[in-house]
Amino acid sequence: MSNVLVLENVSKTYLKGDLRITALAPIHLTVAPGEFVAVQGPSGSGKTTCLLIAGGLLRPDNGRVLVNGHELYTMPRNQLAAFRAANIGFVFQQYHLIPYLTVLENILAPDAAWGRKNDPSRGKALAKQFGLDHRLDHTPAELSSGEKQRTALARALLFNPKIILADEVTGNLDQENARIVLGYLKEYVATGGSVLMVTHDGNIAKQADRIEYLVESREMLSRQ
Amino acid sequence: MSVWQLVIKEIIRRKSNFVSGLVAVMLAVAVLAGSMTILRLHDLRTERIVNEKERETRERMAQLQDDYRKIMKNLGVNLLIFPENQKLADFYADDVVSSYMPETYATRLAEAKIVTIRHLLPILQEKVEWPERKRTIILIGTRGEVPSLFRDPKEPILVAVPKGHAVIGYELAQSCGLKPGDRIKLFGRTFTISSCNEERGTKDDITIWIDLAQAQEILRKPGRINAIMALKCLCPGNELALVRRDVAAVLPGVQVIEQGTKVLTRAEARERAAREAEEALAAEIRNRQQLREEHERFSAILVPLVLLISALWVGLVFYTNVRERLSEIGILRALGARSRTILSLFLGKAVLMGLTGAVAGYFLGTIIGISRGEPTLVIWDLQLIGWVSATALILSLVASWVPAYYAAQQDPADILREE
Repeated sequence: MSNVLVLENVSKTYLKGDLRITALAPIHLTVAPGEFVAVQGPSGSGKTTCLLIAGGLLRPDNGRVLVNGHELYTMPRNQLAAFRAANIGFVFQQYHLIPYLTVLENILAPDAAWGRKNDPSRGKALAKQFGLDHRLDHTPAELSSGEKQRTALARALLFNPKIILADEVTGNLDQENARIVLGYLKEYVATGGSVLMVTHDGNIAKQADRIEYLVESREMLSRQ
Repeated sequence: MSVWQLVIKEIIRRKSNFVSGLVAVMLAVAVLAGSMTILRLHDLRTERIVNEKERETRERMAQLQDDYRKIMKNLGVNLLIFPENQKLADFYADDVVSSYMPETYATRLAEAKIVTIRHLLPILQEKVEWPERKRTIILIGTRGEVPSLFRDPKEPILVAVPKGHAVIGYELAQSCGLKPGDRIKLFGRTFTISSCNEERGTKDDITIWIDLAQAQEILRKPGRINAIMALKCLCPGNELALVRRDVAAVLPGVQVIEQGTKVLTRAEARERAAREAEEALAAEIRNRQQLREEHERFSAILVPLVLLISALWVGLVFYTNVRERLSEIGILRALGARSRTILSLFLGKAVLMGLTGAVAGYFLGTIIGISRGEPTLVIWDLQLIGWVSATALILSLVASWVPAYYAAQQDPADILREE
């Protein structure tokens, strides 16, 4: 079965004045269908850069990125946006919930972003699945950290993406909530979805099927 | 969820941001609507004042016209048309008319479409010795006014004397002890006195008026007259030369003189009054126009200035809003939003701000405008509503365009990485 995500010899550098800073040294990474992969590394190792490149949000300097067999950065901008909405789900450490929307509206927010109309019952079903059905009319300010992250996870799943890209998703959560969120990610993987999670926390990374390490030299070391 | 729902929910959530921009648009629209309302009210008031003054002038002129008619009726006609060979010096020296012309001249004049004279009265007059009373009189034969063929009939200034009747001048009546109903002998014929005139202090006081045909028999001048009395029309610019030209075109060679200084003075006074009324009206219109131009000049400075300040204010409000919503922009882009979706999030808000500001500003401006004058029904001026709505929309869209474009161009990767 072909990989859901392929990063081939992907690298990224930034220019800061005359100084060229390497944000991500050339790496190779694959995620298979139904696979939970963690990328672990210290702060500043390029984890988030790697995730953004994988999600079609940051064009790499070199290499190719394929999602479900489609090369992301050869697509026109609008096509890439639509492809991203349909195939990739994002979950961030900072949740990035829209503050003026309720839980249900946040879950349905990709509709507005992509211009699609989902049946609200899909949002309600996701909310129930993530234990948020009693919080449907609450705004993010009224939620706990765990509830916020679960809302973000439900939102990422609205369009049944092929892969979820998770950036330090447990970073702001207590142990119990971190366990719950990771449990949901595993459930998703069990249903055939794929997850690429970046984290600096070794204990969290251990929950994945496979861990890829980003070291200071930005070399990718693989451990099964 | 749709973009419009996002726009509305964001507005509800961040009321102060929206209200701040709304106030700017509303003030701009209010100044525009207020200025236009003031100008419109000014025009309406000017129209009313001008109409009022024109009505007053018309009434005054009608009154003067009526006065004039009454005076003319008392003083008689003011034009005399004499035969070609009549020596005017003789007429002025002795009131004697010694030349004659055909009576049909009066008919020809009446049939000609001359607008400069009216009330044509052919007469035959001679200073004669009244044989029965042994005294000098002026005998005038008249048949009354010759009706015009193409004009509406007017009340005659002088009425005809019926055959066998006579009208007696004041001095004759007094000195001869005559009164209406008395019968007199004149050149062997009997006449019944139909009326005795009031004292006029002119030759009319020694005049006897009788029927023209009888006068022609007595004076042995059948079918002849020696003057046509007429009234010069008091039309604007109707000079005597014009009358002479018109009359000469029908009756070449006849002479036309104008009489009656009181009438002329009165006519001049009337014309002067009309001129003064017109000048007063023109001055009023000029003043109102000047006032309007001052309003326009003031508005031409105030309105663009307020529009500019409001646009800057709205731009700042949107820029603050964009900065506040960078995280939202980043996640929406990550979720698949295109640049134009982000653009429409802000421009949609600008449209709502513009429309709401237009309605609020229109009513505020109109009420302020009306409060400066008396209330009118200009509050539902559809043209003005169209103008201010378009202005408000353009203002909010232009002012929000740069921040909205800035938002749409944000790199989601930068935002999400920084967060």
